Amino acid sequence: MAGLIQETSPTSGDEVVSNYTINFGPQHPAAHGVLRLVMELDGEIIERIDPHVGLLHRGTEKLIEYKTYLQALPYFDRLDYCSPMCMEHSYVLAVEKLLNLEVPIRAQYLRVMFAELTRIKNHMLNLGSHVMDVGAMTPNLWLFELREDCMNFYERASGARMHAAWFRPGGVHQDVPLKLLTDIGDWLDTRLPELFEDAMSLVVDNRIFKQRNVDIAVVSKEDALRWGFSGPMIRAAGIPWDLRKSQPYDVYDRMEFDVPVGTNSDCYDRFMVRVEEVRQSARIIKQCLRDMPDGPIASNDRKVAPPKRADMKQSMEALIHHFKLYTEGFHVPAGEVYVATESPKGEFGVYLVSDGGNKPYRCKIRPTAFSHLQAMDFMAKGHMLPDATAILGAIDVVFGECDR
Amino acid sequence: MSTVLHSAPRFVTGAGMMEALATALGAHLVRAQEEHGEILLTVHRDAVEDVLRLLRDEHEFQQLMEIAGVDFPGRAERFEVVYMLLSVTRNTRVMVKVTTDEDHPVPTVTTLWPNAGWLEREVFDMFGVLFDGNTDLRRILTDYGFEGHPFRKDFPLTGYNEMRYSEEDKRVIYEPVELAQDFRSFEFTSPWEGADYVLPGDEKASGPSPVNEVKVTEKRVETGAGDPANVKAAEHVARGSADSTVAGQGNGEPVPEETGIKAPGAPEPTEKRPDRAAREEDDATTPDASDRATDSKGRD
Repeated sequence: MAGLIQETSPTSGDEVVSNYTINFGPQHPAAHGVLRLVMELDGEIIERIDPHVGLLHRGTEKLIEYKTYLQALPYFDRLDYCSPMCMEHSYVLAVEKLLNLEVPIRAQYLRVMFAELTRIKNHMLNLGSHVMDVGAMTPNLWLFELREDCMNFYERASGARMHAAWFRPGGVHQDVPLKLLTDIGDWLDTRLPELFEDAMSLVVDNRIFKQRNVDIAVVSKEDALRWGFSGPMIRAAGIPWDLRKSQPYDVYDRMEFDVPVGTNSDCYDRFMVRVEEVRQSARIIKQCLRDMPDGPIASNDRKVAPPKRADMKQSMEALIHHFKLYTEGFHVPAGEVYVATESPKGEFGVYLVSDGGNKPYRCKIRPTAFSHLQAMDFMAKGHMLPDATAILGAIDVVFGECDR
Repeated sequence: MSTVLHSAPRFVTGAGMMEALATALGAHLVRAQEEHGEILLTVHRDAVEDVLRLLRDEHEFQQLMEIAGVDFPGRAERFEVVYMLLSVTRNTRVMVKVTTDEDHPVPTVTTLWPNAGWLEREVFDMFGVLFDGNTDLRRILTDYGFEGHPFRKDFPLTGYNEMRYSEEDKRVIYEPVELAQDFRSFEFTSPWEGADYVLPGDEKASGPSPVNEVKVTEKRVETGAGDPANVKAAEHVARGSADSTVAGQGNGEPVPEETGIKAPGAPEPTEKRPDRAAREEDDATTPDASDRATDSKGRD
């Protein structure tokens, strides 16, 4: 049909609206740190997300290669600074696995107890900020009150509110006073359930909160496995996978607790899995308080764990051990291990390569956020721009750990 | 391995599991080992995608948790790329390892697991390992416009450039690293446990032992003293002073001669060279802020 003009577009003559790209972050309160999302939008619908990470990259793994095994430990506090002791947990277990070092039973209980306290502390921050990301203010403030309590317990055990450096290869640094244990017990019976359930009563059945979270970023079981999900993200997808249950470390095999799973695999389920995990963590801590035996809190292997200060006043041998441990440090047999624990955010792994020296040859840290954040693109596709904050909040991302 | 004493995560490593996996991989396998309770399969680089597909589809390793790079500069193929696999149904883990160098790319596994994308990008960024078939091999953790691969062992810990905000230029600028203190690397090898270097002062130890040579001082050269020492020895010694009580100048000790030469190392009196200008006493007005700033800098 020559002579007829082929119309190229049904909207020819109208204003052509193309997709446009915006920056979300790097400085954005809902980015939970320094995350830059390059978003391609079609109106208010997200077409594509390209997360740019690494703005908080400090080269932790490289720094660790230049430190002795003990000096490397405090770097782990600074990875996920919302759950410091759980970061240490993977590392000390990796060192102990290479050394094949036995840890006294009281130290194992203390570690499990404080790992669970850390889980509560982490979830207080995440639940609160997730709620705030989707528009509510009050619960966050109430939950921060509880987080503050956890930090006070941290301080009483280790002397530091956040960067505890309390887990050590061979045990823990110092024993805890009895009063701290009774106080934690009281807190679990009174303050935690009161404040926490109060705050949750505002949120879990809230119409707005549900509108913002239910059916947002649904991930199938297959996708959760393919994308390397772990922690609450994979449990919300309905896969009952918890390293504390399936690959128990320390005394988790003696603990009785339930693994909550989601049914719908959306942001609401991820939130509710964490809510239930707080209750289960409280249950684990109570069992620790009940069953914890007396005894040493660090290994008696003097080639790894330092002697008591009192021994050093009397024993030349102890003094030499102390000096050697704090200058040269201990040597770890050559080999390589990958040790992963259930941190509050998911599987946190440490791949440790030793050449037999006093410094790690290579220490690769497996952050939980890497796999989850990578899935941001496919989770957010087709959702509205404001849903991105709900998805991010439900991922529970912290950039100290993601960027290392 | 002997009895397990540690309390690290206990996953299933049944007897014969490594052998079963090793036979399944067949010719792709280079080496299979089980150390510290970890199964480690080293495979041929070009076959890594096939190996991982086999492990995923027929041996229930559903999840790729991590890809780690390791650098061994002494080896012909200096990089190791280690894949950590997890089976949630068999509750076990396995590590698969390939070796490569700067030039030979490793086949990508983004075809098997979508999350391999970022993990491979990280290994590329940190070590410069190339992944063949990864369509999005950008840097991920380092700065925009970064050069080099920082986790290589020959990359200095401090890096080459540092960044700061320049008040003059009103923007962020990059400068070569300038360290106030040298980077210190402590040597912890015990000399009693076989250090593989020559200890300071031990340089002559490898030659013939001088112990059996008879030492004589018949001639002047045999004393080992040089000419200046001999001249000095022949000098007249000043008479002793009997009444001094100053240490070193007592009975029999020579009286120190007034040579007029300044004794080495004796510092100038500090009042003569104050670290800042003396305050002008009669000046009632306070010095302005810039003066004070330079003063305090000088003191520090």
